[in-house]
Amino acid sequence: MKKNLKGKVALIVAVVAVFVFGIIGVSWIPWPGQTPKPLGQAVTDRVHLGLDLRGGAHLILQVVVSEAVNAETDNTVGRIEQDLKAANLNFSQAYKPDPTNRPEVIRLEGTAPEKSSDVRSVLETKYANEYDVSGGSGDASFTLTMKPLVLTSLKKKTVQQAIETIRDRVDTLGVSEPVIQEYGLGDNQILVELPGIDDLDRVKSLIQETARLEIHAVAGGPYKDEQEALASAGGAIPADKELAHGSGTVGGDSSSDSVWLLSRAYVVGGNDFRAADPGTDQNGRRNVQFTLTNEAGDKFYDYTSKNVGQSMAVLMGERVREVATIQSAIRDRGEITGSFTPDEVESLSKLLRTGALPASLIYLEDRTVGASLGADSIKEGVTAAVVGVLLVMVFMLIYYKGSGINADLALLLNLVILLGFMGVSGATLTLPGIAGVILTIGMGVDSNVLIFERIREEMRAGKAPSAAVDQGFAHAWVTIIDTHVTTIVSAAILFMFGSGPVKGFAVTLTFGLLANLFTAVYVSRVIFDAHLNKLKPGEAVSI
Amino acid sequence: MELFRNVNVDWLGKKWYFLSFSLIFSVAGVISMCVHYAQIGSPVPLGVDFKGGTQVELQFAQSPDTNRIRQATDAAGIRDARIQSYDAASKNEVLISLPEQQNESSLDAGQKQIVDTLHTNYAGNSFTVRNVSVVGPTVGKQLEKQAFLATLYSMAGMLIYLWFRFQLIYGVAAVVACFHDTLITVGAFALTNQEISLTVIAAILTLVGYSMNDTIVVFDRIREDLRMSRREPLSDVVNRAINQTLSRTVLTSGLTFLTVLSLYIFGGQVLRGFSFALVVGILIGTYSSIAVASPMLVAWLDWRERKGKVAVLPAAKRAKA
Repeated sequence: MKKNLKGKVALIVAVVAVFVFGIIGVSWIPWPGQTPKPLGQAVTDRVHLGLDLRGGAHLILQVVVSEAVNAETDNTVGRIEQDLKAANLNFSQAYKPDPTNRPEVIRLEGTAPEKSSDVRSVLETKYANEYDVSGGSGDASFTLTMKPLVLTSLKKKTVQQAIETIRDRVDTLGVSEPVIQEYGLGDNQILVELPGIDDLDRVKSLIQETARLEIHAVAGGPYKDEQEALASAGGAIPADKELAHGSGTVGGDSSSDSVWLLSRAYVVGGNDFRAADPGTDQNGRRNVQFTLTNEAGDKFYDYTSKNVGQSMAVLMGERVREVATIQSAIRDRGEITGSFTPDEVESLSKLLRTGALPASLIYLEDRTVGASLGADSIKEGVTAAVVGVLLVMVFMLIYYKGSGINADLALLLNLVILLGFMGVSGATLTLPGIAGVILTIGMGVDSNVLIFERIREEMRAGKAPSAAVDQGFAHAWVTIIDTHVTTIVSAAILFMFGSGPVKGFAVTLTFGLLANLFTAVYVSRVIFDAHLNKLKPGEAVSI
Repeated sequence: MELFRNVNVDWLGKKWYFLSFSLIFSVAGVISMCVHYAQIGSPVPLGVDFKGGTQVELQFAQSPDTNRIRQATDAAGIRDARIQSYDAASKNEVLISLPEQQNESSLDAGQKQIVDTLHTNYAGNSFTVRNVSVVGPTVGKQLEKQAFLATLYSMAGMLIYLWFRFQLIYGVAAVVACFHDTLITVGAFALTNQEISLTVIAAILTLVGYSMNDTIVVFDRIREDLRMSRREPLSDVVNRAINQTLSRTVLTSGLTFLTVLSLYIFGGQVLRGFSFALVVGILIGTYSSIAVASPMLVAWLDWRERKGKVAVLPAAKRAKA
């Protein structure tokens, strides 16, 4: 009985087409308004190569978050001291008993016992949001412990800020597709992968560099150009001043370049900024709220209290990025107000934040793969794959004759779908990933062997060709599922616990086996059915 | 063409030969691992992933002279540098390894020193740096933990899956076979003095999955045959099952072996450890389904029957037809 295969063949063709487009993409088609890419380039653009094939640097850094916590609690200690002085409450000392191991704990000792309820109320009004206050009943001392939630969020924020800063600095290298992200399971580690870079020293010094972000007092400006600035300064720039260019608002384009006259010495800069975030003031206007370190806070207070109403300029790398008016004396927490758009507050905050790393970075792991090794690896991997495929295809032809063609077709389709999967999902191909493709070939054709051996057995037992094929597929199906599931589970565990290259292996193996379920069973079956349709009565299947 | 028509070998009868074969290789492996442990503190040579330290792969323009290289490293005051040639002799490659730095802040110093001293003291032979790996102690420990957990979960996952699909004893027999395979494969690394890196662990986990596959093919058949015959002695049924699946088993393993062999020969030095593990693993994995898992299964079921408990075979469970 002939089967109607048109629908099934259409499905197979559709699936293949989808995955072929997965490999080559659509960028080579001459869409209206776009120049088509050459086909070869379209393919290489879609394939994401891992570091071991492309060459590049891989770093794992540890963020010393305790430094950030210490900085925050140091700041709090300073503020407690001021608040108590302002309230006329005496104390002998405020300090951190164990800054190395428990930077989140502050102790306040030597308060007057009769004033302890006053002290407590001061502490609680100002710090209860972030700290748990305890003590004060028996002895004259209090303990403030940062709340666990606040502590965790501070640590996370530090790591995020470090990532942002590193990304900002790495951008200047012009690396395509850098990877900078949190790494590991909650250990405050950062992964940095830079394809194409082989000089790690330069990268490291770039990351550790302290940025040149400074706040300068504005003496005059904005001027249209340098002549105007000179003219207003009386023809010559005084020794303690300098000119600086900039657009005056963050995000302004370079066409609106203006010149300012600034004092040469900076008020605060670089490492003095501890945090900066977009916010709103009491009128609901957008501003940037920033925090300075303790010592910087003192300096800034001095400066701002003497200069209310004057302007100050934020200089980044010698360019003026932002000019703001001093509204009131600022200690260490200030706002920069202006008519900002949402983007502008974000950019300015980011600028201030990434001015300095929030904590030290320790290098835990360093790997560099040279480009020549990467190229060799690709060559060797592809050679091994091609040889493997040829060996298997030839063997199947010899051993199974006509059905061998069936198996070989399914195998080639398997590879196309696998590569298509990789292209569509944007997965990274690594050297072990190529090994995974090779392993998929071997294991994929196993499914065909299982089915064919069963078909041979059934025919030997005397069944007619179509019944033999039916039985072959039915019996082998269960075993195929079993074997594929166990290997995919293995691969899943490898994916969870493996490093980058090993993850690549798990991915190609899994995709390959999934594709195999489709090709070895469905496609092979359709090809068999097509063949059976053509058989004359009494003719046997070539197997 | 057919290789295995009408095979009728008494596999279970040969089980003592198999046992001795396995024992010889296992013991040889274990002895080699003990020797390594005494010499270098770990049962198998460990790659930089687990051992930590610095590893620099250099390719020279002309054949490198290891003595000159050692003189250069000595001149720079580098202690404990291990210098070995890497890959085929024609490639002029050298691998220089330095031990782990406890102080993570100077992680990169070793590599710079090596490159500098070679430029100064061995200037005649220009070189390129092909690959650098510097692993600090924190990451080394993390990777060890990861590898251990991955292995543990793999084995447990397999056991559970087999328990669910077959019966506990099948699962245990299969896991014992896998353990045997892993032991012999790792022993092969010890015997041939090759390093175990993260990718080798990945290969070993893959062959655990593969060995399971193979064992499942045989067990599936055993289960099917047991279902159909209840009068025959257990060993006869199992023998027949193995003979029936023999062509399947040998062919599937053979084909996978072909591809892995291609990887070993053509795949390059970076994957050499990985492909070696797979080559050995696939051979041993196929062997163990026949020679280890099945005899163990039969031995257990026979023992339970002798003790008077009626063996609860899957056949009996599904007696309603």
